[in-house]
Amino acid sequence: MSDNKSDITLVNAPEGIEGAGFFATSIEKVVGMARKHSLWPLPFATSCCGIEYMATMGSHYDISRFGSERPSFSPRQADLLMVMGTIAKKMAPVVKQVYEQMAEPRWVIAVGACASSGGIFDSYSVLQGIDRVVPVDVYVPGCPPRPEQILDGLMRIQDLAENESLRRRNSPEYQALLASYNIK
Amino acid sequence: MSELTNELLIQKLQEKFGDQVFDIQEPYGLVTVTTTRENIIPILQALYDDEMMQFQFLTTMCGIHYPDNKGQELGVIYHVHSLVHNVRLRIKIFFSEDDAVVPTATNLYATANWMERETWDFYGIRFEGHPNLIRILNVEEMEVFPMRKEFPLEDQTREDKINTFFGR
Repeated sequence: MSDNKSDITLVNAPEGIEGAGFFATSIEKVVGMARKHSLWPLPFATSCCGIEYMATMGSHYDISRFGSERPSFSPRQADLLMVMGTIAKKMAPVVKQVYEQMAEPRWVIAVGACASSGGIFDSYSVLQGIDRVVPVDVYVPGCPPRPEQILDGLMRIQDLAENESLRRRNSPEYQALLASYNIK
Repeated sequence: MSELTNELLIQKLQEKFGDQVFDIQEPYGLVTVTTTRENIIPILQALYDDEMMQFQFLTTMCGIHYPDNKGQELGVIYHVHSLVHNVRLRIKIFFSEDDAVVPTATNLYATANWMERETWDFYGIRFEGHPNLIRILNVEEMEVFPMRKEFPLEDQTREDKINTFFGR
C-alpha cells in the first residue's frame, strides 16, 4: 500500500487505561470485541432469502469482512442462527432442535418477511414467524431483503454481541425467556 | 392390436359395466365416467385385467369437495392410464360427507398408498383397508382437513394479519 488513502479500517481498542507498557480494560469489553468480530453464522436457508444470502456470501458483498468467514452448517461452533425463508409448521421442530443444539452465547436473526411473520403465506401450513418457536434478536424486513439489508442485520447482531453483558445469559430474565419457549 | 379410440372405449365400458357407469362425458377428449363406491374397485380391477385395454397405471387419485351437492358433497377421482394405447380414463365417485368411507385401491395399485394418505390428509376421506392411513403432508397434530370448504385457508392463530391490511 504505497498511498496513504487506504480503505482498510482497524478495530479501535476498547475504552481503558493506557500507560507505558500496559493497557487495562474490563474483560467484558475484550470478550465483546472478540465475539463481535468472530460471529459464525449457521445459515438455515429454505427459500428465496437463502439465495439472497448466497449472494451475501459471495465476493461482491463478502460477509467474511465481518468475521463471518465460516458459515457453519452445523450447530457445533455456531453463534448466530440465520433463518432465511418460509418455515412450514412441519419444519418448526427442526428449527427449534437446531437452536437447542447451539451453545451459548447464541443469537438469532430472522431474515425476510416469511421467517419474521409468515410473510404472504397466511396459510394453515406455514409457521407465522419463527419467534413462535425460538427467541429472535434481529428481524430483517424485505421480500426478499437485498444483501445490504442482510449485512445490516448482521451488523445489528454485532452491536448486540459487543455490548452484551457477560452475565446476561445467566440472568433470570433470560432464563424466563428460554423457559417461555420450553428450551432448557 | 386395434387402436383404442374414445368411441371404442365408451362402447367397451358400456358393454362391460352396463349401468354401473353413468354420466359419460368427453371434456377435452378425456373420457370421464361416474360410478359408485361399491363398484369402483371391481371396475378398476376389470380395467386392469382387460386384455385389450390394459389400464394398468394409476396416474393420479385425489379428493374433491362440492359442499352444494347435498348428499354428494365429497368425491374421489381416479385417472387410470393405458400405457399400451396411451389413453387415459377418468373415473369419479361421489358420496355424502357424513359417510366419507371408500374402499382402498392399495391392493390393486401400490401407488395408491400415498395418494390415499394425501386424500385423507386434505379431505378427511377414510379408506377402508388402507394399511397405514396417517397424514402425509401436514403436521400430525392438525385437527382440520384443509381442502374442505368449511375450513378457511388462513392460519387462524394470527391477530395482526387482519382484512383491513389487505383491502378485503
